[in-house]
Amino acid sequence: MSSKSNWRICGGLLVGLMAACAISVFAGAVWVPAAEMLHSGIIQLRIARILLAIVAGAGLSVSGVVFQALLRNPLAEPYVLGVSSGAGLGAVAAILLRLNALGTWTLPAMAFLGALGTILLVCTLAREVGGGTPVHTLLLSGVMVSAVFGSILMFLVSLSSSENVHDVLWWLLGNLQIFDWGLLRMAAIVVGFGVLTTVVLARDLNLMTLGEEQAAHLGLDAERTKRRFLLLASLMTGAAVAACGLIGFVGLIVPHSVRLTIGPNHRYLVPASALAGATFLVLADSVARTVLAPVEIPIGVVTAFLGGPFFFYLLRRKKHSGWG
Amino acid sequence: MLSIHNIVAAYGKNVALQNVSAEISGGEFLGLIGPNGSGKTTLLRVVSGVLLPREGHVQLRNTNLRDVERRQLAKIMAFLSQDVTLDFSFTVREVVLMGRSPHLSRIGWETSEDLEIAKWAMALTGVAGLADRIVTELSGGERQKAFIAMCLAQQPELLLLDEPTNHLDIAHQLSALDLIRVLNRQTGMTVVSVFHDLNLAAEYCDRLIMLSAGRVTAVGTPEEILTKDMIHSVYGARVFVRRNPVSDKPHIGVSAGMNGSEIEQDVTMHVARDVRKTGVGKCDEV
Repeated sequence: MSSKSNWRICGGLLVGLMAACAISVFAGAVWVPAAEMLHSGIIQLRIARILLAIVAGAGLSVSGVVFQALLRNPLAEPYVLGVSSGAGLGAVAAILLRLNALGTWTLPAMAFLGALGTILLVCTLAREVGGGTPVHTLLLSGVMVSAVFGSILMFLVSLSSSENVHDVLWWLLGNLQIFDWGLLRMAAIVVGFGVLTTVVLARDLNLMTLGEEQAAHLGLDAERTKRRFLLLASLMTGAAVAACGLIGFVGLIVPHSVRLTIGPNHRYLVPASALAGATFLVLADSVARTVLAPVEIPIGVVTAFLGGPFFFYLLRRKKHSGWG
Repeated sequence: MLSIHNIVAAYGKNVALQNVSAEISGGEFLGLIGPNGSGKTTLLRVVSGVLLPREGHVQLRNTNLRDVERRQLAKIMAFLSQDVTLDFSFTVREVVLMGRSPHLSRIGWETSEDLEIAKWAMALTGVAGLADRIVTELSGGERQKAFIAMCLAQQPELLLLDEPTNHLDIAHQLSALDLIRVLNRQTGMTVVSVFHDLNLAAEYCDRLIMLSAGRVTAVGTPEEILTKDMIHSVYGARVFVRRNPVSDKPHIGVSAGMNGSEIEQDVTMHVARDVRKTGVGKCDEV
């Protein structure tokens, strides 16, 4: 596909994101006329929510793109690899242990450490003696680590006092409801930095899809590149999880759908996935707020409901037809 | 151009190369031959700089290979693997343009000059008509040519090939090797290639290095290396060697049953044992 039409698609996605934001401002449990909304402060709440959806959607999608390119694996994604659970575990530990060493940054820092620790753990567990990391072992390690972390989370929940339980459950369900401006600002800075860096260095990801050794033959310091991107993806996942809990499958659905449209060239794939991921979460949040109004369902429920079947579809696709 | 000094290389505890030294001079077409597991690919990887030797060093002109930056190295040498696995659906043009990476600035985009060079590489390898096709959908031969084009787009002085014709049919084998030889002769591009097929090695290479169990057993022209006795002592295979009537290079031939005497004894022994055990083949049962 030509670069011109790819940029046009990116432009279209930007317009789509703005449209989604406009819809989302007016979507809610109750219909509020615009004038009243400005007075009541509802609009501030909704805009904050939309901003959070944009940040988390872009961060998780671009993390998915990075994991898929580095691991050369279509099913790699922060949630599937257990990176999200790791970040969640870090965050919950921060809440339960009442850590406050870094102020507002304590939670995201713990989430980031959890995310980074998990991806290193999963890769170590999956590495074979010869040095290769086969696809199925990697996924199984991710699922296993995810399950163990899930049980540790449940254990912590069962031990904690009732006022803590609410805080903790919030992480597990993933939603944009309880909200803290400081966290939003922090997540926006981290994800913004991560997405921009990934866009600028997108060509390196293209080379990494050929495998580390071939990337080295083409002049890339593959080891350093891999470490840099694992760090970036963990930062973005950690920030997104710190700000809105565990939201699954965004990093899977979005990059794949975008790849099917504009191809695997990361120069277009990264910005387009950031935009599409933001749009997807903004819309998913609108659905979560309105579909059972006045009851609000967690956004993680919406994304998992769409993502589960999609994951299955990708698994069943013929291996040799390539992917994305 | 390159000199290899006393290389020892290992994967974990398995020593793959033991004290290997060799010279590669500019402009030559050098073949690496030897039995499976003799260290051919390992030597090529050491020369490319992706595998650091445990002992010894590789000298590129006057600098130690270790001290050359990866990107600088990729401007000088290109490496074509036996089979590059690519699961992402890049187009041929995108893959060939990846060969320009070492020449671009760190975050730069390709210029029209880079596009011209990619076009030139695709035209040479005969994949210009496939430029917009998805690499994963091509046949093995077409895909290999796309990757050769990627290597040529690097405009290397030294081309390293690891069994470049491994999965190709005879027509693709010849066209790929002919192209590489023409470039070698006309542009002075040095070529170092691993060969499994000794006849192809004899036809295309100026010089051969024969490896066996991680050591260099012989270095010389195809005429010097590819003798009946040498092949028997290194590969353990009985062959006959004649002259190719067209090129006058050595030509290795085989005939069914040439290695038969020992194998036949083996099989006879095993069959006889099986017959004793199971009783199959007793005359009175027929």
